[in-house]
Amino acid sequence: MSSILLRFKKISLGYLFVMPALIMLCLFYIYPFLKVLQLSFYQWDGISPNMIFVGIDNFRDIVFANPPWWQSLWHAAYITILALVFQNGLALILALIVDRGIKYGNIYRVIFFLPPVLSGIVVGLIWNWIFNGNYGLLNHWLTTIGLGHLSRSWLADPKTALNAVAVIHMWKGFGWGFIILLAGLQNIPRTLYEAARIDGADNWSIFKHVTVPLMIPVFALVMVLTVLGTMQIYDIVVSTTGGGPGYHTEVPVSRILARMLYSSQFGYACAMGLVFGAILVILSLVQMKTSRAMTHT
Amino acid sequence: MADRADVFDVLAVEYKKQAAVNVRFEIPSVVEQANGAKKSFKVRIKFELYAPTPAYTSKIIAAAQANKLPDIYGVLMEMKDFASLIKAGHVMDLTPYMEENNGEWKSTFYKSGLDMNTFHEGNQYGVKPGIYGVPIDLNNIQFIYNLSLLKKAGWDTSKIPSTWDEFIALGKMLKKAGIPGLVSGWGEPWMIHCLADNFAWNIMGREKVLATINGKIPYTDPSWKQVFTLFMQMRDAGLLSSGIVTMVNKEAEQTFANERAAIAFNGSWCVNVYGSMNPDLHYVVALPPRVNLENPMYIWGGATSLVVNSRSQMKEEAVNLLKWLTQDKQQCYLSKETHNIPSTNASAGILTGPITQFVGGMDNTVHPRLFPIEEFPLVTEAFDKGIQSIIIGEATPSEVAERVQQIKLEETKKAKRFKAIRDKEAK
Repeated sequence: MSSILLRFKKISLGYLFVMPALIMLCLFYIYPFLKVLQLSFYQWDGISPNMIFVGIDNFRDIVFANPPWWQSLWHAAYITILALVFQNGLALILALIVDRGIKYGNIYRVIFFLPPVLSGIVVGLIWNWIFNGNYGLLNHWLTTIGLGHLSRSWLADPKTALNAVAVIHMWKGFGWGFIILLAGLQNIPRTLYEAARIDGADNWSIFKHVTVPLMIPVFALVMVLTVLGTMQIYDIVVSTTGGGPGYHTEVPVSRILARMLYSSQFGYACAMGLVFGAILVILSLVQMKTSRAMTHT
Repeated sequence: MADRADVFDVLAVEYKKQAAVNVRFEIPSVVEQANGAKKSFKVRIKFELYAPTPAYTSKIIAAAQANKLPDIYGVLMEMKDFASLIKAGHVMDLTPYMEENNGEWKSTFYKSGLDMNTFHEGNQYGVKPGIYGVPIDLNNIQFIYNLSLLKKAGWDTSKIPSTWDEFIALGKMLKKAGIPGLVSGWGEPWMIHCLADNFAWNIMGREKVLATINGKIPYTDPSWKQVFTLFMQMRDAGLLSSGIVTMVNKEAEQTFANERAAIAFNGSWCVNVYGSMNPDLHYVVALPPRVNLENPMYIWGGATSLVVNSRSQMKEEAVNLLKWLTQDKQQCYLSKETHNIPSTNASAGILTGPITQFVGGMDNTVHPRLFPIEEFPLVTEAFDKGIQSIIIGEATPSEVAERVQQIKLEETKKAKRFKAIRDKEAK
């Protein structure tokens, strides 16, 4: 009997220690998720005590009858592809340079990490000034070097607006990749490089056969963070184009907020959030699986 | 020129001084007395101002959901959302206070300001008729012309454009002189909608606009196509400043105040903004140019209003504060310092300078919030984004009209289905 009591005491003590974390998890993750899930089956304006149960209508509408939503997803995906290639490419090049122990390396680290710590709104305002069609810096420079015919309102022209937003996002984001990639590079034992050199390997061979294979888990992490961060882009869009002109720079988060705030369709916005969340989870799983497979190879 | 937040802070201090000698504010509130509370308290006044409007609105909705609304708050939302707040018990009916002493308090306000807060008998939202808010200041949105730049372009500044043809002619003249034309916050779609509404009321009159919202006239009607075409004409005349479709109003205000654009489409609040940015700015305010010379030009006009939280424990105190804020002395102070149009008619006389031109426009104001029926938000979005598409040359007026009408039909169908579900549940 006493052993049972002792065992119960031991188990309950364990539960007691876990309890605060469990309560926090339930309160801030499980309950909101379940609430969002519940609301996604209703038509509700966010204020009224009356909600109308509409079943899967919200989801059906999102999938089959909401072209701006899919357009916004494509915009986010487009910026993500650019970020994966150019933002991470730049981050890797800079990390490789700093990893070589160049002079003032620590200063570069600070400089490259400055944009990510700035608020998205502030970054947007700075670039608004650069891309402005009337008195922007970019147009001024273009005119100075004799390319005035290329001048335009970069953020209001449908041909350039999305790319301009992507440039701003990449400028703001490359510092994260740089820091993570640099940390990864510095974890590679120097002896491997020395051994490769003794064996007569050139820089490219060392990069291809030593650096890249050992960096795959780090690349995977940076890629997952880039995809998740870029797909959820919002602050830069709101401070530069507001989703315009037309629907040209709308992104999923701006569409969700538009439904919630301007159309007072809370239930629908919740359903959009769930669809978006599901897409991000699938994307992350695919990436993780691919990177695991690459690591094994 | 003063910041609005600073001015309200001064008023809060002033009110606290007066409250300290007024026994009324030293005793517990009615609710506390009923609960047997012994602790007495003083009224604490703290004005909090938030921008931009969507951020503020989301804050209010979240506070309403959590039953944490302040004692007094502003309602910057559509009439249907205002109605939802009332029906959910978050807004106090102020009619008894407005009507007491033969409507003494009510009679001090401009009608247009009070109308923004009034629900009439048989309103579409099913709200009990009454006055639910107190206007603090009024506003309207008009065209503002920089006289120096107009003169530089060779325009006779004694004749500000009052017809569409004159307006387009001015645009062409500005383009020829290399002076950027119109700036406005059309990146915030409600401002683009505002001008389109002005033209729609002028071209087809209020009844036809209402008939469209009611679904009796389609957006493909020639009158609506004419409204869309006006934006194309403005674009073709070179009247629109570069980047106007993604411009936020703050940027438009800076551009106009720094004399980098000749025309602005902005609200009466701009007098304070321009004054603080460029006190030497020489400008004149005018109604938008008329397209249909047989109809008057109506403009958007509204009020910044405050409501009392009906769940507040200090309702009486809240009403007293609002009464105090709308007394002539405070209204004069607010208008003088912030250059806004006062909500009470006795205070308007003290105004001087450009704001008086906006006061003159109050007679021509209408606000869609006051219409007996409201357009579906998704239709409004398609309408506004459609105009942006016309300006960037991506869609024709006919294409936009077709698209807006298609969304109108889809939304009407949905609304009917939801109504059927609601009726079924009610049974």
